[in-house]
Amino acid sequence: MDITNYVVLAAALFAIGATTVLLRRNAIVVFMGVELMLNATNLAFVTFARLHGDLTGQVLAFFVMVVAAAEVVVGLAIIVTIFRTRRSASVDDVNLLKG
Amino acid sequence: MTEFVAPEIDWLALAPLIVVLGAGVVGVLVEAFVPAKARRVTQIVLTLAALAGGFAFIAVLWPQIVAQPVQVVGGSVTLTPFALGTQGIIAVLAFLGVLVVADRTATGQDAFAPAASAVPGTSYEDLARRSGLEQTEIYPLLLFAAGGMMLFASTDDLIVMFIALEVLSLPLYVLCATARRRRLLSQEAAAKYFLLGAFASALFIFGVALIYGFAGTVRLLEIATAMQQGGLPLDGMSGLLVAGVLLVTVGLLFKVGAVPFHAWTPDVYTGAPTPITGFMAACTKAAAVAALVEVLYRVSIGVQAVDPEIMRQLQVVIVVVAVLTMAVGTVVGSVQSDVKRLLAYSSIAHAGFLLVGIAGFSSQVQSSTLFYLLSYGIATIGAFAVVTLVRERRVTPGSGEHNGPVEDDGVVLGEATEIAQWAGLGRKAPWLTAAFALFLLSMAGIPLTAGFIAKFGAFTGATSGGLWWLAVLGVLASVVAVAFYLRLLVVMVFQPAPITPGVEPARDDSPRVETGAVSTGSTSAGSATATMTKVQVTAAQRVEVTVVRSRGPAALAIAVCAIATVILGVFPSLVLDLAQEASKFVP
Repeated sequence: MDITNYVVLAAALFAIGATTVLLRRNAIVVFMGVELMLNATNLAFVTFARLHGDLTGQVLAFFVMVVAAAEVVVGLAIIVTIFRTRRSASVDDVNLLKG
Repeated sequence: MTEFVAPEIDWLALAPLIVVLGAGVVGVLVEAFVPAKARRVTQIVLTLAALAGGFAFIAVLWPQIVAQPVQVVGGSVTLTPFALGTQGIIAVLAFLGVLVVADRTATGQDAFAPAASAVPGTSYEDLARRSGLEQTEIYPLLLFAAGGMMLFASTDDLIVMFIALEVLSLPLYVLCATARRRRLLSQEAAAKYFLLGAFASALFIFGVALIYGFAGTVRLLEIATAMQQGGLPLDGMSGLLVAGVLLVTVGLLFKVGAVPFHAWTPDVYTGAPTPITGFMAACTKAAAVAALVEVLYRVSIGVQAVDPEIMRQLQVVIVVVAVLTMAVGTVVGSVQSDVKRLLAYSSIAHAGFLLVGIAGFSSQVQSSTLFYLLSYGIATIGAFAVVTLVRERRVTPGSGEHNGPVEDDGVVLGEATEIAQWAGLGRKAPWLTAAFALFLLSMAGIPLTAGFIAKFGAFTGATSGGLWWLAVLGVLASVVAVAFYLRLLVVMVFQPAPITPGVEPARDDSPRVETGAVSTGSTSAGSATATMTKVQVTAAQRVEVTVVRSRGPAALAIAVCAIATVILGVFPSLVLDLAQEASKFVP
């Protein structure tokens, strides 16, 4: 199969993730969009690693996973704190700061 | 079985990073093992010592690195004079920032929630406050952030850069959520910063993936070489390269706070605890701009070789972003009514001026950028330190300030951030006002302050790259910016303080949330503070603006910043010579 198929799939997943981030209202879903973007990146890394025949890309995918995990820890903590205060995880309700 | 061969590592070159990040780890242990009473002092001493130690190592390394840049740990850390200079600036700014963070002021309370995880307005929060809990974890978090920033600008490897980006961002997201007062705003700022920040990191890393696909490596210099040599498997797909470089640039521009990726800046700067805002505004900007310079300049070598047309387009992108950033920063900034928001827009405008200098792609950019980052950073930390000291105070008219039996009378509340509230500050606190005026003048770029030399350097960078019209636009934008700094100054110095019945308290007319009980009316004086949003007062009370005394550290930071602003403005050669050395080796 041609390499472009893999790249196009990665790009499509990335685009879906980005769209989720920009359009969805629930902070948790927005965050899932970010995770999807990171996983699309992993797919791209692994594809390119195979193309170039070296391990760098595969190792990088691990780094991305670790970072994604760290982001989950901090991100969910923040979202849960807000949820406990407001009983809502909608990004539309988070609107005290503006101007 | 082959024998184990230890890698050769130049530990001295890594020492600044090791000291700062290592102290962060030790700080986590301090949380676990040092008794609660001694924790705060231990953490502050440890943090300041680590930053000072890191700076000392940078000073020791400087002559060696200026003579010969080194690559450490297989190139994961690349110490050029520019990178080391950035590290030094970040260490100095972080030191000043931590001084402001550590100040409890005369009220005996620092700017952080006693228990950041407690739901605002609950009895648990009240209990935590009354029993004097403190969130001393902020100090290790600050160290991790500072360490990440120092690494961010001194690596040649895009993956290390990505990790550094996260190491600097994640603690900042948490720190944003820890404000003692107006906690809803603080949490909201953290959520916004986190969601947009995570989005930007995802863009960055996808860009890295695309560049890796095209060039087969993630090391900037190797990328440049690979592209110059050609013969890559995907040679025909230069679109991959363009998209990759653009995505990486966008990720960095987000951290820089450039338009159109600036949307988070005003909200986060307003919502975060003010000392953290100062730290974040100064240090993150320094790290992100330095990283942007490194990436753009190194990648541009290779891009130029692949297709000069792409290089031209890249420059156009930077120029457009620079113009937009200056325009939005100055124009929107001039209609703000909140001091912290105004400073946030000022920070956006400064990002624009920095980009003007970078867009020229000239050889001086490194020295002028370093000087700009330093002068902007000290003015910013100083200005936000002043903001921490201008507070609201609850007063009940008729009760008399000293004999009144009225509960929570005279209690110092949160910061008075409305510009109107700053009227007459010149009389109340002449020295503080003078220092703040100095910082504003420096940000405006008035001669004899550091900001003037800095802006001059940035605009020279643009003209020597042939973009004289961009420099003219930059000067025009600075003139508009002067107007909005002067407006604040006029309010502070020339407008009289409002007389009774006093300032209309800064009410928050946003819809109340369900759990919106404001935790007033408890017995201990210090606890009678509204922690949810802005201060609510009853009809019989009003809010006055007062200036609280610093307990020392913040005053020291303000003094150092003020003196440095003047010295850098009058004798810029002291630092400019060093900065010049930093640009001797274009990597």
